[in-house]
Amino acid sequence: MSESKDTQGELWEVFLQTKKGLPFKHAGSVHAYDKEMAIQNARDLYTRRGEGRGMWVVPANAIVAVDPSDDSSFFDPADDKVYRHPTFYELPEGIKNM
Amino acid sequence: MELLDLSRFCMRLGDSCLIMAHRQSEMCSKGPFLEEDIAQTNLGLDLLGQAEALLIYAAELEGKGRTADDLVYKRPERGFYNFMLAEQPNTDFAFAVVRQYIMTLYLSRVYETLAKVDDETLSGIAAKAVKEIAYHQRHLGMWIKRLGEGTEESHERIQTAINELWMFVGELYEEDELDLKMQEAGYAISGEAMKAYLMANISSHLTEVTLSVPKSVYMTTGSKKGIHTEYLGYILAEMQYLQRAYPDAKW
Repeated sequence: MSESKDTQGELWEVFLQTKKGLPFKHAGSVHAYDKEMAIQNARDLYTRRGEGRGMWVVPANAIVAVDPSDDSSFFDPADDKVYRHPTFYELPEGIKNM
Repeated sequence: MELLDLSRFCMRLGDSCLIMAHRQSEMCSKGPFLEEDIAQTNLGLDLLGQAEALLIYAAELEGKGRTADDLVYKRPERGFYNFMLAEQPNTDFAFAVVRQYIMTLYLSRVYETLAKVDDETLSGIAAKAVKEIAYHQRHLGMWIKRLGEGTEESHERIQTAINELWMFVGELYEEDELDLKMQEAGYAISGEAMKAYLMANISSHLTEVTLSVPKSVYMTTGSKKGIHTEYLGYILAEMQYLQRAYPDAKW
């Protein structure tokens, strides 16, 4: 089978911050050949409608992810330990973005 | 300041933005890759927004009951005052980049000046455009560098585009009676200052990325009188098609 060659450059993941101080959230991905192009392409795809005030682009191959087949060993053990979840606290009024 | 003069001034600038916007829109779905396709179309959208604001204002100042749509869809070729550079075709990606790059340098200076004038509408339009154009400059500057320092072929193509489009640069600093009035009122910088600004920026940027400024001295002239290259007619034929086929169509 012939391998199809991707001529669009490397894949980069884009993270946006909606307001200063808030966490960056994954917004999507872009193709680009280097950092400069990656940040410009990300801007053109993801920030033209006021979506963010901060942006990161990260080479997709620099992200270490959990193998889906390991899902249960990574995530399930927390399910039955309610004390690990901060659900017993009442949030004071006026706290936002929690 | 005569309202009609200001109207003509806004119309010229608006026309250049409009025609460039159309050229950029032609690249939609034809970009070298998906992200750049969107980037190029975005440049066009910014220019269309500037054109709309400027032509609405031009129509209002004119006071003849015409709307911005009338200006766009009902004027013949000779009634358009965009620079010839703005209408040059997307021969290849390098041509599009060079056309927009030079026009962007010009616009950055124009809007910078207009952002400070004592006219709320115009200074408002300009203040918004300054930010948009700053990004255009960055994006197009990146491509000039990338193509100039890229492969032998990309270098040759971008240099060809620069050489071929160079004769249209003279119009950007040419002055007629209206320009002099606008300069006097502080709405525009002198042709001499514009020329110095363009030449200094273009030549320093080009030489930095191994490209060169053409030596040819012949420069076209005429767009301020509505004279154009053969390309504008084709643009209008497409842009005004609906209006020509179904005058005043509504839906």
